[in-house]
Amino acid sequence: MPQSAEKILDHAPLFREPEYRQMLAEKKLNFECPHSDQIVTDQGEYTKTWEYREKNLAREALVVNPAKACQPLGAVFAAAGFERTMSFVHGSQGCVAYYRSHLSRHFKEPSSAVSSSMTEDAAVFGGLKNMVDGLANTYALYDPKMIAVSTTCMAEVIGDDLHGFIENAKDEGSVPLEFDVPFAHTPAFVGSHVDGYDAMVKGILEHFWKGKERTKAAGTINIIPGFDGFCVGNNRELKRLLNLMDVSYTFIQDASDQFDTPSDGEFRMYDGGTRIKDVRAALNAEATLSLQHYNTRKTLEYCREVEQATASFHYPLGVEATDEFLMKVSEISGKEIPETIRLERGRLIDAMADSQSWLHGKKYAIYGDPDFVYAVARFIMETGGEPIHCLATNGTSAWEAEMKELLASSPFGKDAQVWPGKDLWAMRSLLFTEPVDLLIGNSYGKYLERDTGTPLVRLMFPIFDRHHHHRFPLMGYQGGLRVLTTILDKIFDKLDRESMQIGVTDYSYDLTR
Amino acid sequence: MSLDYENDSALHEELITQVLSQYPHKAAKRRQKHLSVATDREEVGEEGLTISECDVKSNIKSIPGVMTIRGCAYAGSKGVVWGPVKDMVHVSHGPVGCGQYSWSQRRNYYVGTTGVDTFVTMQFTSDFQEKDIVFGGDKKLEKIIDEIEELFPLNKGLTIQSECPIGLIGDDIEAVSRKKAKEYEKTIVPVRCEGFRGVSQSLGHHIANDAIRDWVFGKAEVEFETGAYDVNVVGDYNIGGDAWASRILLEEIGLRVVGNWSGDATLAEVERAPKAKLNLIHCYRSMNYICRHMEEKYGIPWMEYNFFGPSQIEASLRKIAKHFGPAIEERAERVIAKYQPLVDDVVDKYWPRLQGKRVMLYVGGLRPRHVVTAYEDLGMQIVGTGYEFAHNDDYQRTGHYVKKGTLIYDDATSYELDKFIERIRPDLVGSGIKEKYPVQKMGIPFRQMHSWDYSGPYHGYDGFAIFARDMDLAINNPVWDLYDAPWKKVRAPAAAVAAE
Repeated sequence: MPQSAEKILDHAPLFREPEYRQMLAEKKLNFECPHSDQIVTDQGEYTKTWEYREKNLAREALVVNPAKACQPLGAVFAAAGFERTMSFVHGSQGCVAYYRSHLSRHFKEPSSAVSSSMTEDAAVFGGLKNMVDGLANTYALYDPKMIAVSTTCMAEVIGDDLHGFIENAKDEGSVPLEFDVPFAHTPAFVGSHVDGYDAMVKGILEHFWKGKERTKAAGTINIIPGFDGFCVGNNRELKRLLNLMDVSYTFIQDASDQFDTPSDGEFRMYDGGTRIKDVRAALNAEATLSLQHYNTRKTLEYCREVEQATASFHYPLGVEATDEFLMKVSEISGKEIPETIRLERGRLIDAMADSQSWLHGKKYAIYGDPDFVYAVARFIMETGGEPIHCLATNGTSAWEAEMKELLASSPFGKDAQVWPGKDLWAMRSLLFTEPVDLLIGNSYGKYLERDTGTPLVRLMFPIFDRHHHHRFPLMGYQGGLRVLTTILDKIFDKLDRESMQIGVTDYSYDLTR
Repeated sequence: MSLDYENDSALHEELITQVLSQYPHKAAKRRQKHLSVATDREEVGEEGLTISECDVKSNIKSIPGVMTIRGCAYAGSKGVVWGPVKDMVHVSHGPVGCGQYSWSQRRNYYVGTTGVDTFVTMQFTSDFQEKDIVFGGDKKLEKIIDEIEELFPLNKGLTIQSECPIGLIGDDIEAVSRKKAKEYEKTIVPVRCEGFRGVSQSLGHHIANDAIRDWVFGKAEVEFETGAYDVNVVGDYNIGGDAWASRILLEEIGLRVVGNWSGDATLAEVERAPKAKLNLIHCYRSMNYICRHMEEKYGIPWMEYNFFGPSQIEASLRKIAKHFGPAIEERAERVIAKYQPLVDDVVDKYWPRLQGKRVMLYVGGLRPRHVVTAYEDLGMQIVGTGYEFAHNDDYQRTGHYVKKGTLIYDDATSYELDKFIERIRPDLVGSGIKEKYPVQKMGIPFRQMHSWDYSGPYHGYDGFAIFARDMDLAINNPVWDLYDAPWKKVRAPAAAVAAE
């Protein structure tokens, strides 16, 4: 009997006990009707070949292990970045359970959103009644300051008209006439979560800015972070830098407090976020900067329509990307970059110089959202590393072109390949046929690490199987230091693991590296 | 072991009145039917045990805008019933999200070479684009099946798990499945589990069960040498290895588990099910349909059992053994006796640390009643319980488990749960990921009771030890006493107990 009260075995060791091993072996033999071990081994080996890779990359319809989610997730994340805002997703209710779970599993935080709970009758007659009742209930129960409406694919397929429905609901008294109910259509069958983010932020800006007179306030800046699982660390770090520069700025969409509430006995359904009055005032800003270009294409277009200057970045991480961001802020605000920030920059460079021998020539596969992949590839090249595979399931041809331009700008990018629209099953073939030293992505990459033995560095949403990474920034020079350290730890841990065998490899088990 | 206690009916009645007062009139009227306090029933159960009345309405539509915890039919079919069948490829048919959010989240343990002959922790999706909505997705589905056959040829079959748009745009996935099944001589199962169908996960379970009946049973020649003690375990999804910790006991008492549905299952185990002598059903809610069908069509009796906590394991082993006669009964007694020292050690170790602790549960369709006795075996008390997607027959069965005065909530909203928990301030809440963090913010210990909070197994004797350890570490961790800054007013400390 393997289990005892004294030493309680968890699932991993428990099922390796002889009783269970025998039981599972017999189950397989007698009841599972498996393929022979030889056939399984052969097929497993075949999946590692170039021939398999070619078939795998030639797929036209099937998607396996994609690195993207659907639009409404982005909309729910976006809405969480505004003061006392409840997300109301119009359509089937299961979707909302999924978004909430997904966000909670990453942030280890509450995630609140409601559904209009449409069912078969609503599919036939439309979801107006659900909207009317739903808004009234949400308003009464959850005391929001704003309700941000987005849609699931069900509501989009049947063609529900959000604008009309919300007007109707207001007429029926579900919420007061002047209560803010911005909305965005977020069909899951178009784009990905980054587009849902874009649509929701644009919907909120339009709601507050439409028809309003703009009085330009020179030197003031809006900042839109984009969908960012590291918003907790990143937004706070950027605010610190902007405060050091004494810039007048407004974060438009800031979920850093919402997804990092303290444990002190009180459950805060809402915390932080961009204040409604600041959203209104943000119309007057001289410029709006997007930290993630592919998250804000429509929003920035709208900002230009209201005659704001705009600029967008690709997740300002690393040296030059941070330089560019700060210089842009300096240019618009007319504020100088203070000496303290120059010293911070110098410290990052110092760290990179100290460690360069361990990083030079290292090969990487990078996947994730388009702006993130761009940012990481750029920083990797700054350290002397070589991006080999750059993959974004939600990357477009425009992204591909931008990536190629970036990679062509450095000798370290000459061997890189860009894979827009591909998934992680494609990445598996890439890693088997053209191996790399490190894989950078999110928790889903752990299956690639298991199958191909490529060490995984988790730097992007979602991270389910490691805790608290998102509480520390990736952006700015401080963020760069953290990314650098994370990569180095992975390299050193691997070196140590590979030189640990006593009397065999431990001549290389160096104390100082 | 049966604990004798009663909960505070008056307080619970008052809480219900309070939460209902916050709803708009129409919603309050509807929610009222889902909330109640268990009362004594006239009727007395087996062995003279009192049965409570848990009289709530259930399995009806959630109210819009109230933050129901429920999921959808797709979650019930792909996420629960079909997803764990390990040697089949389950295609999430429609846009990318549903498959993405449910990818690897139910911890259905299995053994196999993932991506080669097993596919559970993978996300296969048709990733619908606008053109698929406009022109239909059937051609794409055909191509997807071709590509799966080329890249994953060792799959034993496919299921097509419909997402919302499929039913709305009028795709004929049945025709595609028939055509391709013939072409590849494989089992291909179309499942109409679009998320808008029904009111919760529950209809998805039913639809998935019906798909087994219509698209698996009787389709393939099953050659199998049967035995007198062949049983199927139905409704055990092997979360954290639950089904393994159960199987070991059933084998020890001399039964042959010829199929496990659906944790760690292969298609062969599903196909051969009608040849078994008895269906043992753990999650009644999600798989009673197929058991009833097998009873009607193949004459296989079915029996509910409960492998949470020693009291129920013991009773279940005896009940199961009785069905097979003295030889098995004798072996069952030996098995119970064999594990008694482990049970005694676990209870001796944890009872003093957990005795009298009050627990609130809010889970899916089985555990809100099935785990009650496991807590009581450790001296803990259940003050409130409720289901996301139960039916009337579940609440009837709940009466056998809960004590008078227990707060009962069906399809609870976040608002209700938060208020109930805030006022009752139990020592532990067992619910899901969406509930975990709000509860912990309040300073109340929490365990996820869908995923076992990444632990498990909790079934069987081996699982009970882990269950006891987990409840202890949740409740007696020192962090709960650190919530108040010392320069602020101090709450009464909960007094942690150091791990043993």
